[in-house]
Amino acid sequence: MMLTSRTKNLYQEVILDHNKKPRNYRVIDEPTHSAKGHNPLCGDRLDLYLTVSDDNVIQDVSFVGDGCAISKASASIMTTLLIGKSLEEAHEMFDGFHDLVTGKSEDDKALNNRLKVFAGVKDLPARVKCATLAWHTLNAALENKDEVTTE
Amino acid sequence: MSVTFEHKKNGINTENEMKRRIAEIRRDFPILNRKVNDKPLVYLDNGASTQMPKQVIDTISAYHTYHHSNVHRGVHTLSQESTDLYEEARETLKKYINASSTKEIIFTSGTTDSINLVMHSYAKKFLKKGDKILVSNMEHHANIVPWYMLSKSHDVEIVVIPITDSGELDLDTFHDLLDDDVKIVAVNHVSNALGTINPIEKITETCRERGIITVVDGAQACAHLTVDVQTLGCDFYAFSGHKMHGPTGTGLLYGRKELLDVMDPYRGGGDMILSVSFDEIIYNEAPFKFEAGTPAIAQVIGMGAAAKYINEQDKKFIHSYEQKLLEYATDKVSDVPGLKIIGTAENKISLISFIIDGVHPHDIGTILDEEAVAVRTGHHCAQPVMQRYGIPATTRASMSFYNTFEEIDALVLALKKVTDLFDVN
Ligand SMILES: Cc1ncc(COP(=O)(O)O)c(C=O)c1O
Repeated sequence: MMLTSRTKNLYQEVILDHNKKPRNYRVIDEPTHSAKGHNPLCGDRLDLYLTVSDDNVIQDVSFVGDGCAISKASASIMTTLLIGKSLEEAHEMFDGFHDLVTGKSEDDKALNNRLKVFAGVKDLPARVKCATLAWHTLNAALENKDEVTTE
Repeated sequence: MSVTFEHKKNGINTENEMKRRIAEIRRDFPILNRKVNDKPLVYLDNGASTQMPKQVIDTISAYHTYHHSNVHRGVHTLSQESTDLYEEARETLKKYINASSTKEIIFTSGTTDSINLVMHSYAKKFLKKGDKILVSNMEHHANIVPWYMLSKSHDVEIVVIPITDSGELDLDTFHDLLDDDVKIVAVNHVSNALGTINPIEKITETCRERGIITVVDGAQACAHLTVDVQTLGCDFYAFSGHKMHGPTGTGLLYGRKELLDVMDPYRGGGDMILSVSFDEIIYNEAPFKFEAGTPAIAQVIGMGAAAKYINEQDKKFIHSYEQKLLEYATDKVSDVPGLKIIGTAENKISLISFIIDGVHPHDIGTILDEEAVAVRTGHHCAQPVMQRYGIPATTRASMSFYNTFEEIDALVLALKKVTDLFDVN
């Protein structure tokens, strides 16, 4: 069936795949950091868990929750990218991702290709919060806040 | 088309005649001509807000162009005209819901404001610690939060009337919950999340016998049912102008005069007093004592024009047409893979709330919008309903008499694009 180009851009194969089979979808029993993310507009909720070593490297990261395909895929892809990264690298990645989905940067060469599948979000301002929920929750967890809402 | 059309019933002879009448109605609504993403708009979000016919738009525009002035104040011509138009709207709305007097018609800013008025002006004065308020499990937050606030400030208890799996009030449990502490029963006439039409007359009859005050949220009923507050037998009835083809910023509270007379105003200011000195203030009578300050004059006049517009329609025809749309849509969406309707009560307005296996409503809403189909997705300000069914959200298609069978087909086609993309079988 004919889909509009915006629909096709937004719901790329990779996103649909992560939505259906989210990676690292589990609870970490004794995380060093965790936080709950909530998007009140659409009811998306996710719990994020992290194990960070003393030298600030992310050893493990996981999530569970309920949300739209964009927020679930974003969380899933985020977890696959963060394992083994330093906190500094994680922050840089978020900045690049944020610029992409809000349309601030067109083609950031340094940005990981797996994040570029979210480029379609910039055409749909209402969905930016879905794409960034996991990342905002990550920030909250690292800052030792328990809860974050995107409003 | 799988709907059968009964011949010569309700004066409609043929399917063609029905379509002709709907096409004529559609010409009154300029917005239905617009396009979204280069496709004709399919507006199925009437539960959130209904569109205005040009008769309403023109009335508001004429008011601004020729008559605007403040009401109930000046002796000059314009002020007299705007006061007359404003009070005419009250008269029209009185007839619209068959109240016995315009003194029972209070203009508010919407359903939410109306229910807050009852909470502040009635409940705060007459309820005391230990009293109970029954609130149904299918209420909009507008009929929950004010009572919750009262429960905190006045130590009254909120007790929930449960609903059945099909989305109907559990009347047996309702009766069991009634005891001498119950002072108010707050229910909606029609549920915005499920479409259920509740048996208000039965509820008010029981409550009257026990001296319990009934507060009915009519937001979703006012455009789709003939509302007769005397037959319904409720003490208070609240609704919004923008849900009955009028403008936003308007609403109405009907209250039985005996109750309004003993209630105190909850907002003070101009227009609601007879005299003011620093020693004594004498309030105006109802409805004016509840309408402090300059009201939304143009919008109220527009709401009156909307009531007039609906009154001029063949109501039997539009009600049966909306039911045909519901039947058709219920049948057609059942072809969509993985789709489950939430809210299958026997009596429903033309509204379908549903979920699709493995697809979040937010994604459905985005893809449907690309196809120019406007629906609401989310919890519909009725989170307890979502909790009751153990779901985070639904997608809701809510119809009006200007919608067509072809638009339902467009909805279903767009939904099949969604299930194709998400590989739902
Ligand atoms: C059943 C019901 N009650 C109350 C409201 C609140 O109406 P308003 O926002 O116009 O005050 C709505 C609107 O969605 C509703 O559907």
